[in-house]
Amino acid sequence: MIVDLYVFGNSPLHRISPGYKILALVLFCTLLFVLSGWVPLAVGAILVAIGYWLAGIGFSHAYRAIRPALWILAIIFIAQIILAGLELAAFVVVRFGILILAASLITMTTKTSEFVDGIQAGLKHAPSWVPADHIALAISLALRFIPLVRATLDEVRMAQKARGLDRSVKALLVPLVVRTLKTGDEIAEAIQARSPL
Amino acid sequence: MLSFSQVVVEKGDRPILSDINIDLNEKRIGIIGRNGSGKSTFARLFNGLEKPSSGTITFEGSTELKELRRKVGFVFQNPDNQIVYPIVDEDLAFGLKNLKLPSATIKERIAEVMARFRIEHLKDRLTHQLSGGERQMVALAGVLVMQPQMIVFDEPTTLLDLWNKKRLMRAITDLKEHVVLVSHDLDLLREFDRVIHIEAGRIVGDGEPNAVIEDYIARSA
Ligand SMILES: Nc1ncnc2c1ncn2[C@@H]1O[C@H](COP(=O)(O)OP(=O)(O)OP(=O)(O)O)[C@@H](O)[C@H]1O
Ligand SMILES: [Mg+2]
Repeated sequence: MIVDLYVFGNSPLHRISPGYKILALVLFCTLLFVLSGWVPLAVGAILVAIGYWLAGIGFSHAYRAIRPALWILAIIFIAQIILAGLELAAFVVVRFGILILAASLITMTTKTSEFVDGIQAGLKHAPSWVPADHIALAISLALRFIPLVRATLDEVRMAQKARGLDRSVKALLVPLVVRTLKTGDEIAEAIQARSPL
Repeated sequence: MLSFSQVVVEKGDRPILSDINIDLNEKRIGIIGRNGSGKSTFARLFNGLEKPSSGTITFEGSTELKELRRKVGFVFQNPDNQIVYPIVDEDLAFGLKNLKLPSATIKERIAEVMARFRIEHLKDRLTHQLSGGERQMVALAGVLVMQPQMIVFDEPTTLLDLWNKKRLMRAITDLKEHVVLVSHDLDLLREFDRVIHIEAGRIVGDGEPNAVIEDYIARSA
């Protein structure tokens, strides 16, 4: 979804309504935190594995999802060893890994638009003063901004490197913020033009 | 179709457009003028992206902003900023969903527009992986599915290579909708029905393309 991780498919997991998927994910994460011990963790891991199997998503995709988090997991692992010992460190890291894989599974089987639709549908039962359409629009805008900031950052970094400014945070942040705001204005405007609310 | 009456646009205290009175009925209208003359501001008035500081804009008798938004589509210079969703067909559905149309109608309209531009093969592609030319076609398709009566283009070919420029221009010329095109491509505008020349926020030339363009060239010399 967010980071173009969507994997095309027609599995039950792809077809199920995004509202249920999000709900299930929240429930799953909560349970994994509330029920401690290795047994619930093993059950959770098996459930996630079944999920991947059902969705027809292979190991390489799962790895791609968890790869960016490996560094953070490593840091947590080391910190936990120092603070709480080896067993708890392993437990915490494995739990985190399972959570990331579970969230990624939802991401890989839900298109951005389905996700936004799901939120809109969920808000249908909200009281009438809740601006459901506008909230959905705001969320699609927010999601649109993640790749935008990433792309802008890449471009600015490249340009600064070319000018020999590769160590300056200010030289990176100022154009990043200015350009993101400007492009943001343009995107907001385009959304207005494309979608008469 | 679209008419401007005593339209003024000011930003802060600065006049950007002054006293525009004009009726637009032609199928193909071009807008020319030097950088900073106010072309984009003028074009953005057409579908309510810009609101006049004073004066009125009427589309087929209606002065309602919502009506203007719905009947007049806008294609921006940079398609990247116009595309909202990561997958082509969900992006094309974006505006339609907000109109609360049934999903069968949405599918139908998308299929029709994609067939019209022969971009069916892009349906499941990721928008950010498309080439610039393909992206501009997708941006145009996203506007067309809304079935506007008039489409405004603000320098849509500036970021394209020669081939994609030609392809997009052919697509624009083939449109059955009314077209308003802001462009520096004078030769292309010679084929149009009418050209408007803007200078420092005023209309200084308006009418038969060749005459207006010759005058524009003479002034720049
Ligand atoms: N938000 C704003 N605040 C102040 N001035 C503005 C604003 N937007 C535009 N202007 C000014 O209005 C004038 C007309 O701008 P506009 O973008 O309409 O010109 P243009 O003819 O489209 O130029 P170009 O050919 O470069 O696209 C310019 O002098 C510009 O600096
Ligand atoms: Mg302009």
